Amino acid sequence: MPVKTRLDDIGFRVGTGIFAVLLIAVVAGIAAVLYDDASMAIWKFGWQFWQTDIWDPVSGEFGARPFIWGTLYSSVLSLLIAGPIALGIAIYISELCPAWLRRPLVFLTELLAAIPSIVYGLWGIFVLVPFVRSLEGGTPEWMRSIPLFSGPPLGLGMLSAALLLAIMIIPFSASVAREVLRAVPQAQREAAYALGATRWEAIRMALFYARTGIVGSIMLGFGRALGETMAVTMVIGNTPQVSVSLYAPQYTMAAVIANEFAEAADKLHLNALVEIGLVLFIITLAINAVSRAFIWSLGRPAKSKRASRAVGPVTEAA
Amino acid sequence: MKNLFYSAVGIAALAGATLAARSIQINGAGATFPAPIYAKWFAEYNKLHSDVRINYQPLGSGAGIRQLTERTVFFGASDGPMTQDQLLAAPGKILHLPTVLGGVVPVYNLPGVSQELKFSGPVLANIFLGKVTKWNDPAITALNPGVSLPGTDIVVAHRSDGSGTTYIWVDYLSKVSPEFKKVVGVGTAVKWPVGVAAAKNDGVAAIVAQTPGALGYVELIYAIQTKTAYGQVQNMNGKFVKASIDSVSAAAAAAARQMPPDFRVSITNAPGDDVYPISSFTWILLYLDAKDKAQGKAMVDFMKWALTDGQKFAGEMGYAPIPKTVVDMEMKALDTIKVK
Repeated sequence: MPVKTRLDDIGFRVGTGIFAVLLIAVVAGIAAVLYDDASMAIWKFGWQFWQTDIWDPVSGEFGARPFIWGTLYSSVLSLLIAGPIALGIAIYISELCPAWLRRPLVFLTELLAAIPSIVYGLWGIFVLVPFVRSLEGGTPEWMRSIPLFSGPPLGLGMLSAALLLAIMIIPFSASVAREVLRAVPQAQREAAYALGATRWEAIRMALFYARTGIVGSIMLGFGRALGETMAVTMVIGNTPQVSVSLYAPQYTMAAVIANEFAEAADKLHLNALVEIGLVLFIITLAINAVSRAFIWSLGRPAKSKRASRAVGPVTEAA
Repeated sequence: MKNLFYSAVGIAALAGATLAARSIQINGAGATFPAPIYAKWFAEYNKLHSDVRINYQPLGSGAGIRQLTERTVFFGASDGPMTQDQLLAAPGKILHLPTVLGGVVPVYNLPGVSQELKFSGPVLANIFLGKVTKWNDPAITALNPGVSLPGTDIVVAHRSDGSGTTYIWVDYLSKVSPEFKKVVGVGTAVKWPVGVAAAKNDGVAAIVAQTPGALGYVELIYAIQTKTAYGQVQNMNGKFVKASIDSVSAAAAAAARQMPPDFRVSITNAPGDDVYPISSFTWILLYLDAKDKAQGKAMVDFMKWALTDGQKFAGEMGYAPIPKTVVDMEMKALDTIKVK
């Protein structure tokens, strides 16, 4: 009956529309609550909060710069380590590995992605940190003079955190990248081989076809690294300082909130911690927006020059 | 049908009301240090009074104070007494009631050194200020004649989370070193000049166990349980004392002579030959005017039991019991709580 289906359509549209609006409302609500609960600190420190290095609960001086630095530095480092590896895993599983190995490898990758972060943290503190400490202790003298490798060999510090984060985001990014590569139509690959491509050239073609998804998987991993709390706080040393050295103990935004929030009884201290949460929220939002824009821009020029040279869908050839 | 439904609801409500009237549930939150003894006490008390169930969340001293102020819990627990500002911010008058005593010990990891090391307050303060950086610094070797200390760097370990343990430690260091008091100050979370941080006693103990040359501070009980080497500390009378139930109790006995009526006293650096200088009470915090009278009455009864019969469990678990004179004062204070 025409009337009944129209009502159903409208009802469906309105219902799902409400869910979408609800999502926006939740995000806006989070931002509003964060701003509200941090108002005392925002009013007191203003923009200086983003630039000050001091974090002193006793005298009431708070600054977020060491934490912003620690979060961004650890996430970028972990991305540099994990990106190529995750991509390598994805390429291997989807293109190169023998069929019988595929299922077990996929299963293991998903398993690694599912391990709770606190378990990673425990492994980090008992296995990774001593290993990194022996690495740091064994650094040759000429390397020690470079700022990147300066400092006493504590084990706890940026290097451990970056390695641990990399290990945590590899399975995550690899799974998503693998799915994306799997979605490249078989016809594309066959066409490439038909045109005389080598194995590596065919893989390159598949990578180009799936580029938006691959960048998306890397950004997903980056987002996870930005917010990772428990594992990082157990290996990073928890010292608020801005330092390029990989060996220096540093601090991240999520870690300081997790460590100090439960015990913070002083109103200004609480507000400062919530403001750090707000800063983390803004930075994550900004990075997500930039990566979305980047992914969108990656997809666009494909419609112009390079796409006309790349292999199109089978229907066009026919 | 309607009648059957209404009567079923009525019976359920009646049953619920009777059950509720009989069992009392009290919620509390606060310090992690006394959590094991409190858990033992609540279980033992429940065996004696099966209708009273006390639930405790070891979230930390600061969280306990905050939740008590917001009245989301009935009682709080803290290793450091509430400050004047915190007391003024509360909606009613709050009583501090000491329950057990504990100590904070310096734990260290020095491979190759098997003797027990001696520290003094000023030396510890300088280490935590970053002024003494090596184990074979003259200040440390002077206190430990006959011990060959290596030239390794001291890796200072402290808490990353706010904690009553930190409060006791910095309270002591601020008393023995005016510079420490100026630079760092006293609080449950402070700005540490040097060192790496970890969450909770376990975290600090783990760092110390893993890092050669590390020096940190943990509650006495954690040091005993994890079998971490801890050093002796020089007290106000100049004697080097190792933390134990007896030496911590000696600190309380010294303080008992001058106990203020509100029990908010710091007993760090107490005078006396056998006194361990880094000792402290831990308090349960209660409103003078209990909002729920039934809970108030049950809580007062529990506290009276804990301060008398309950103290014997404290010794077994490694906590020092409260001196008798202080217990008598507390009984009088408990009687002032309005439970009618």
